[in-house]
Amino acid sequence: MSNKLLLGRFIPGDSIVHRLDPRVKLLMSFYFVGIIFLADNWQTYLFLFLFTMVAILLTKIKLGFFIKGVRPLIWLILFTVLLQMLFSSGGTVYWSWGPIVISSYGVVNGIYIFMRFVLIIFMSTLLTLTTPPLSLADAIESLLKPLKVIHFPVYEVALMLSIALRFVPTLMDETEKIMNAQRARGVDFGEGNIFQQMRAIVPLLIPLFVSSFNRAEDLATAMEARGYQGGEGRSKYRVLSWQLADNLTILAFALVTVVLVILR
Amino acid sequence: MDITFKDVGYTYQVGTPFESRALHEINLTLRDHAFTAIIGHTGSGKSTLVQHLNALLKPTSGTVTIGDRVITPETNNKNLKPIRQKVGMVFQFPESQLFEETVAKDIAFGPMNFGVSEEESLKRAKEMVQLVGLKDAVLERSPFDLSGGQMRRVAIAGVLAMKPEVLILDEPTAGLDPEGRRDIMGMVQRLHQENQLTVILITHLMEDVANYADQVVVMENGGVVKVGTPREVFSNVQWLRDKQLGVPETAAFADQLIKKGFQFKQMPLTETELADELLPQLPQAGRNDNVE
Repeated sequence: MSNKLLLGRFIPGDSIVHRLDPRVKLLMSFYFVGIIFLADNWQTYLFLFLFTMVAILLTKIKLGFFIKGVRPLIWLILFTVLLQMLFSSGGTVYWSWGPIVISSYGVVNGIYIFMRFVLIIFMSTLLTLTTPPLSLADAIESLLKPLKVIHFPVYEVALMLSIALRFVPTLMDETEKIMNAQRARGVDFGEGNIFQQMRAIVPLLIPLFVSSFNRAEDLATAMEARGYQGGEGRSKYRVLSWQLADNLTILAFALVTVVLVILR
Repeated sequence: MDITFKDVGYTYQVGTPFESRALHEINLTLRDHAFTAIIGHTGSGKSTLVQHLNALLKPTSGTVTIGDRVITPETNNKNLKPIRQKVGMVFQFPESQLFEETVAKDIAFGPMNFGVSEEESLKRAKEMVQLVGLKDAVLERSPFDLSGGQMRRVAIAGVLAMKPEVLILDEPTAGLDPEGRRDIMGMVQRLHQENQLTVILITHLMEDVANYADQVVVMENGGVVKVGTPREVFSNVQWLRDKQLGVPETAAFADQLIKKGFQFKQMPLTETELADELLPQLPQAGRNDNVE
């Protein structure tokens, strides 16, 4: 089960990308999704593709893992690409049957959408593969800080986020354990018709909820016992620091934007 | 029903950067009707090994033979149910598997999955509750109202209700008080002796190994490093300490006495054995004093 969930996992390493400030990585990932819509011809897509490849090279992580990140979404991508190909008209028409048309415009658009999907997934995979989840939570907290002005509970959200992230693997282990225990008692997961499959989930879900409640209670008690009183007046152990490489990253993205605007 | 491992290896998450080898070249036979204890340092692969015994995990290399079924890396995941009925498995902290609204239903859940009628399953639930030392009144209560120790017993009852031929227990007494520990181990021993159940026990408690097991498997770093009777395994105290394993208190004490010049015909494993060995060795003078 955990084999498939490579998307969103962190691979420890010591590359330039690993050492970047998580705030920069997070911001630039979002920014990348924005500027990808600037691309509208093959030169711009090629340029973005090369840029992404350079970024991947810098992580020192094998390209295979990025491609694996695309795999779970491949059907969604193909579906969108096909829709685009079959239902957009314009340009030379190669083949048509009622409302379904394969045109040069549709084909080109399909390819662009495919590229867009893959590049966005590559970039977000790059973010999660090189950033520990807790750093990501820190980054989100730091970036949300301005929202304090409108009384947005930044600290509470950040705390919930980091606790949630911390317990994802624990809950996954727990799920696997309970699944195995119920399998040993004769439950078939993922077999039979939809109703049988749904019924098989009950012996997994109830224990999971119960153990989550118990865990939450224990955790809250332990936190209080260690003097936790809420967000006000706390100091930080992990301090994010902005360095030269972070400025350079932003500069690189700015340059990419400029080149894209020129090429389009 | 013998269970045989032949050149079994198991690797978690093959083909990912998180790949880790948990077992390698396991050759082992767990005999029918035996009480086998599996010991080893934390992370030595004990739990991975036992999950092969009812095909929850399939080996990534080698073969596991369970009775007349052969499990290879290519074995299909279908039709494994008969194995799981014959090989009952009690996981670590089994209380986390309870989910039905009453204890009776939860215990009956296992048998019903294997096609036993509801009536018969509930009848078994009643028997099993008594077998694990709980009162009948518990049957109609919610499992979540019970104490930790009681929940543990209900969970074990739920596995026993499937009437397995082989019972696997992964640290069944972890986190229990001394009395609960004795109760559960006593129950397991009774099942082993009276119902001829094959028992496989993972434990860190060497006293339990010395008191109940007739075969011990020592694991280290995903491999089996020794198989023998408890006496064979515990006779070399230093070797076990090197493997970061303990010896029963009695054996440790006897080891100290040996260093002081005592001699034993065989390594005493229980208090009674130690006393029997010590008595003839006590200085003659002392006895005479008593007589006078």
